Amino acid sequence: MLEVRELHAWYDESHALHGVGLDVGKGEVVTLVGRNGAGKSTTLKSIVGIIRKKRGSIRLHDEPIERQPSHRIARMGVAFVPEERGIYAGLSVMENLTLPPVVGASAWPLERIFALFPRLRERARSPGTTLSGGEQQMLAIARALRTGPSLLLLDEPTEGLAPSIVKAIRDLILEIKRDGITVLLVSQNVRFAAKVSDRHYLMVNGRIVESLANAQVIDREHELLEYLGV
Amino acid sequence: MGAGYLALQIFNGLVSGAYFALLSLGLAIIFGMMRIVNFAHGAMYMLGAFGAYLAAKYLGLPFWWALVLAPVAVGLLGALFERTLIRRLMPLDPLYNLLLTFGLALVIEDFMKLFFGTQGTPYAMPAGLSGVIDLGITVYPIYRLAVIAISTLVCLAVWFAIEKTPLGAKIRAATENPQLTEAFGIDVSRLTTFVFAFGVGLAGLAGVLAAPTTNVTPVMGSDIIITTFAVVVIGGMGSIKGSIFTGFIVGIIAALGAVLYPPIANTLIFLLMAAVLIVRPTGLFGAPEGQR
Ligand SMILES: Nc1ncnc2c1ncn2[C@@H]1O[C@H](COP(=O)(O)OP(=O)(O)OP(=O)(O)O)[C@@H](O)[C@H]1O
Ligand SMILES: [Mg+2]
Repeated sequence: MLEVRELHAWYDESHALHGVGLDVGKGEVVTLVGRNGAGKSTTLKSIVGIIRKKRGSIRLHDEPIERQPSHRIARMGVAFVPEERGIYAGLSVMENLTLPPVVGASAWPLERIFALFPRLRERARSPGTTLSGGEQQMLAIARALRTGPSLLLLDEPTEGLAPSIVKAIRDLILEIKRDGITVLLVSQNVRFAAKVSDRHYLMVNGRIVESLANAQVIDREHELLEYLGV
Repeated sequence: MGAGYLALQIFNGLVSGAYFALLSLGLAIIFGMMRIVNFAHGAMYMLGAFGAYLAAKYLGLPFWWALVLAPVAVGLLGALFERTLIRRLMPLDPLYNLLLTFGLALVIEDFMKLFFGTQGTPYAMPAGLSGVIDLGITVYPIYRLAVIAISTLVCLAVWFAIEKTPLGAKIRAATENPQLTEAFGIDVSRLTTFVFAFGVGLAGLAGVLAAPTTNVTPVMGSDIIITTFAVVVIGGMGSIKGSIFTGFIVGIIAALGAVLYPPIANTLIFLLMAAVLIVRPTGLFGAPEGQR
């Protein structure tokens, strides 16, 4: 469903991706792991079209999207949860949640979101950034699910969060997976990634260097953690 | 000085405040979303007034029709400028668009001078709003009261639309983080055109409102815009509430100041601006850049 080939991307003159290739099949949860600065976030931002200066091919549902403007890509069913969460200070929690248009049939209705995250209902009228870090992450994920995406891009959803919240996010990803939503996840948390993912790609200096089955990641957990330096 | 005279001056202040508020509100929403200072704003105000004048002269359209149609026409012209010119300079330093819009203002003004000279022409007071009304404390022209009322209503409606509606949420989101908002499926480029068109449309509306009370002339825009920029600086760039409130307050202060000490009339607003800049450089309602 997602097919990336020979993807190069630049920030102005600085060359950040050097020929990334990856595939994500329908209904899969796939993780990108790699050290800080390897280009994981840049890969996601290139897929959603936030990064315009790029070369190579990105196909979604067999359609080329690398030249499409970002808002079209979103409307084709790609939902993005950025590393910095992207909660707007100038919008209330409710406005943050309902900002992106609903694009797919699998859209979560508000009742389902509020049943899972009652805090979002309680704080619906407060400015988005007055939520705690964990709540903001929940809001960012809920916002993506409300659109009914076919592909969900999650950038470091557990970074800096308490273990109980990490566990809640893990359960949520497993629930999303049961719904048949495809997930491309970026995570440095190898243990977390191994619990939710089918496959993993190891990224080094703007390239994918290795594709790992989940069992391999579990076997090599210590080696990987050491390599990642986390 | 009697209470009646004072009330009269306050009303006069509210009338000029009504124009300042509409103009600076338009500048503020454009600046908020695009980070450009639209120097062509005064020209758009002038075109609004001419729109009303020409619609009456050639199409026989009454004031109330002009009040709706002229701002729409000015907005469409703004959309054209945004699509064809301003957007091309958006990736560059905002100074380029400042120069561009300044140039546009000169071109539009001189173009109108070619046809209408600098003399100006009067625009008839709309039927039903001529005459004065006795308010008890003072007697005041009905039309000017209507100007205050229309401007207040429009400003409140715009504030409401931006702060409380889904469209407003999109505009606020795009103001705060355009790239991410685009990645959430919102066509920010179209929204930007709309916001620019709407902002200059407000200037056009102010122009139509001004037409019956002043001479409609090609230079009326450059006369009012400098003062409006002072109002915007006092209120703080980009603040919606601030621009409306400051527009009216500055109108009143300028009117009262001119009565209390006539020689200061033309400079008072600029003195106020200097004072605000010394005490609060971001303006009364402005937050420092990066903290909005
Ligand atoms: N906005 C930017 N401007 C310029 N260079 C950038 C920008 N964002 C990232 N880079 C550079 O691009 C490269 C890839 O960054 P990227 O954010 O994709 O890494 P990452 O794998 O997500 O790292 P992390 O684990 O720290 O999030 C890095 O060298 C980084 O310094
Ligand atoms: Mg990253």
